[in-house]
Amino acid sequence: MSDPASAGAPVRFESVTVRYPNADRNAVDDVSFAIPAGSFTVFLGPSGCGKSTLLRTVNRLVVPRNGTVFVDDADVAGIAPERLRRGIGYVIQAVGLFGHMTVAANVAVVPELVGWDRQRVSARVDELLALVSLDPARYRNRYPRELSGGEQQRVGVARAIAAQPPVLLMDEPFGAVDAIVRSALQDETRRIARSLKTTILFVTHDVDEALRLADRIVVLREGRLVQYDTPLAILSAPATEYVERLLDTHDVVRRLTLLRARDAMRTQTGTTSGSIDAGASLRESLNAFLQGAENLAVTDDGATIGVLAFDDIRRALHP
Amino acid sequence: MNYLFTHLPQVGIYTLQHLALVGTSLIIALVIALPLGVYAARQRRVGRPLLGVLGAIYTIPSLALLAVLVRYNGLGFWTPVIVLVAYAQFVLVRNIAQGLLGVDPAQLDAARGLGLSSAQRFWRIEVPLALPVMLGGVRVATVSMIAIATLAAYASAGGLGTFIFEGLSRQYPAETLAGSIPAAILAIAVDALFRGIERAVTV
Repeated sequence: MSDPASAGAPVRFESVTVRYPNADRNAVDDVSFAIPAGSFTVFLGPSGCGKSTLLRTVNRLVVPRNGTVFVDDADVAGIAPERLRRGIGYVIQAVGLFGHMTVAANVAVVPELVGWDRQRVSARVDELLALVSLDPARYRNRYPRELSGGEQQRVGVARAIAAQPPVLLMDEPFGAVDAIVRSALQDETRRIARSLKTTILFVTHDVDEALRLADRIVVLREGRLVQYDTPLAILSAPATEYVERLLDTHDVVRRLTLLRARDAMRTQTGTTSGSIDAGASLRESLNAFLQGAENLAVTDDGATIGVLAFDDIRRALHP
Repeated sequence: MNYLFTHLPQVGIYTLQHLALVGTSLIIALVIALPLGVYAARQRRVGRPLLGVLGAIYTIPSLALLAVLVRYNGLGFWTPVIVLVAYAQFVLVRNIAQGLLGVDPAQLDAARGLGLSSAQRFWRIEVPLALPVMLGGVRVATVSMIAIATLAAYASAGGLGTFIFEGLSRQYPAETLAGSIPAAILAIAVDALFRGIERAVTV
């Protein structure tokens, strides 16, 4: 789905501080950073680190004590909350589908609020259900209680992006589903993120989920920003001991999941036993070597473009 | 039973009077109970003592309350209406508040996050989700009002209680039954009707 109307907007935090009533420390403490338009940014940290609170300042569900949040370079404090929120998708762990409405009515909530006509809403509902891999004909008229947890969250995502928001907030969206469903939902989220160009802010405490989804990761601790970088940069050069422990950066196999065969291969020919796709991770390549392959032909669209050996993997980890 | 069938036109008139008493009281009771119930749900600190007071009113024997009110307010239609309205408040306010408090917080968080205003959240999300519990309160209140409205005859306000009081004073059980049987049927019918509506709105 290519949709020019849903191009992402940049989000910027400037010295944002949040303190809850009766709390003895700031939930978010003087956090500043900028998220480029269209990127997938994951807020990572243990519970109580302020990641959800920080996320909720973007759509004004939480109001900072100090500092400013900008969406598309506009101070959110200057926008009426309802108007602001209709332009920002919101997905939560508990999903919160409206139990008295059908799937179609749930997805249609925001488009109807912003005044789309009936035909456009109806067409959009079908388009979105297809996008999240639910057959519109089968699911349109069902009620949330008739759906599995995974299906409910697919509808939750469709509802959040229905009116083509330039920013999408996802607060531990897959925390309540089982591992197999979570993995499928992560793949689909990645796929949808690529097709939408929406700026996505995603909260999780699951390191593997963060590494799998993120263009950039924000590591938080006790309300403070500890490190903000690409997954590979954080794994290669953790800023503090806390980041090292949180992401277990000594686990090099984890880093291999972020490196591609394309990046480690040598452009030469030679005898090979087996082949691997250029886009496959070095972790998959390692798997092939451990199963007995000597040299792997690296292929792109069927054509061999290079060779990968076991030593290339070691070199990729210590450039 | 014979008395009942030989006096059918009178039974019809008393039944209509009975329904007028209960219907009027129900509308007034709801107009008062809806804001009170919403307030009790929003402000728990006010809600608990409020329900305590309404619960105390609920425990006053209705005949005693009516007798006292007749002294101050005189005979007629409105004196029993006051009793019925006062008596219904406890069940109505309690169920309206309970219904609203029972709404899934995740759905409210989602509604806020999607940009529904507080009025839109109330009418489109909270009320429909709380409706089954609220209607349960309306059903219980209405059925007990049908029973209590038989006392209206004591205040010369008519209704099916007229047969009952006359039958009692004349020691004529058949006449008493001509009031109590239609009142019972009315209560059972209204109960069934509201149960049907509750089922229809339950998700």
